[in-house]
Amino acid sequence: MVQKLDYLHESPSQTAGPYVHIGCTPNFTGIGIYGGDLGTSMKTGPVKGLEIIIRGTVFDGTGTPLRDAMVEIWQPDAAGLFPSANETRGAADPNFVGWGRSPGDMNTGEFIFDTVKPGAVPFPDGRMQAPHITAWIVARGINTGLHTRIYFEDEPEANAADPILSRIEHQNRIPTLLASKQPDGSYRFDVHLQGPNETIFFDM
Amino acid sequence: MSILNGPPKSGGFIPRDRVWQPDALTPPYKTSVKRSPQAALLSFPTTLSEETSPVFGHSILGDLDNDLILNYAKSGESAIGPRIIVHGRVLDENGRGVPGALLEFWQANAGGRYRHKKESYQAALDPNFGGCGRTITAEDGSYEFRTIQPGPYPWPNGMNDWRPAHIHFSIFGHGFAQRLITQMYFEGDPHIKLCPIVGILKTQEAIDALTAPLDMNRTVPMDSRAFKFDIVLRGQRQTYFENRKEGL
Ligand SMILES: [Fe+3]
Repeated sequence: MVQKLDYLHESPSQTAGPYVHIGCTPNFTGIGIYGGDLGTSMKTGPVKGLEIIIRGTVFDGTGTPLRDAMVEIWQPDAAGLFPSANETRGAADPNFVGWGRSPGDMNTGEFIFDTVKPGAVPFPDGRMQAPHITAWIVARGINTGLHTRIYFEDEPEANAADPILSRIEHQNRIPTLLASKQPDGSYRFDVHLQGPNETIFFDM
Repeated sequence: MSILNGPPKSGGFIPRDRVWQPDALTPPYKTSVKRSPQAALLSFPTTLSEETSPVFGHSILGDLDNDLILNYAKSGESAIGPRIIVHGRVLDENGRGVPGALLEFWQANAGGRYRHKKESYQAALDPNFGGCGRTITAEDGSYEFRTIQPGPYPWPNGMNDWRPAHIHFSIFGHGFAQRLITQMYFEGDPHIKLCPIVGILKTQEAIDALTAPLDMNRTVPMDSRAFKFDIVLRGQRQTYFENRKEGL
């Protein structure tokens, strides 16, 4: 026998179920219990940088939109600084929250985030990553929350040099990680849980 | 939302143990069949994007946010059902308490009914029970809240599937990599071994990790029973040796 490695196991994940919105966005479900739902607004005042809107829909393997998902995003400010206690490189824009949570539209399931275009953040080895937003998707039928990243179609040079994107074997899947610019100036980022356009999900 | 200052950490998060965690595709839980990614997840070490996280200060909390017996009840009234205290600690895989973690929880009422438009179970709504609450862990990672014990409820999966009594938990730690949603079950519930959602857990040890024991030490005599539920988030790798030359 050897000594015991007494690390703990991470708690097993379980599905958020069909009623995740009761717990995470109760006001959205009509339970007016807190002042407002967390993550509704990513800005507490005027922010620096380019303000952008991101819309999207989560689709299942049959192409049906999910109407019971919850999507969260997490990102740095326009200068690439996170409004986080763990940010040691400088102070982020005080009016930028960096985190957003969307329950999706009650009827269509479309999620929407009113945010800023993120600045670049270094990879652990010091190289710069392309501007990106971390996205996390939970819903009934999803056993462990899915991590993906929203990169920007209109950043081709930064994307080409990105340490993660450039290491992806199936380069033909990279468009699943790109938010596309729409005629009205907003970005669209749809998530496909399965199928020929299955979004790349990360195990970070 | 305020920023809680903590000591900076380094080394990245320990990879999630995908052998221990449930698979994405678990056909007895039917909804997973068309909602599970089929390609392999792409593995990368965590970067700043996953090692940072929003931090929620205690200032967001209202006085009754951690009291589901009262937080939706009319003045002078309270939710119906067995009164319980749920308490425990949020720890990381290294066994350290996680302070400042935001916990959000939601549940059915004592009859097994959720307050939701899409809920179709005929059990009665409790006019004094909303079904959600939240709290933030203390310096040692501890938390507690008061609620009523939820009832089991039927759900459309097999012809006669019932969920064990459970409370859903959403947890924010110190890095977005730690983001977790899970469920707490109650010791002794005979539905635990019958439930297809519990059934996605791969070992008895994993089921036990989500099953809260009755904790008589924390009961309030003649008032509430107590259940203890510890939650473990991913740990950070400790890097003591950083004096290597580049490339070695
Ligand atoms: Fe439930």
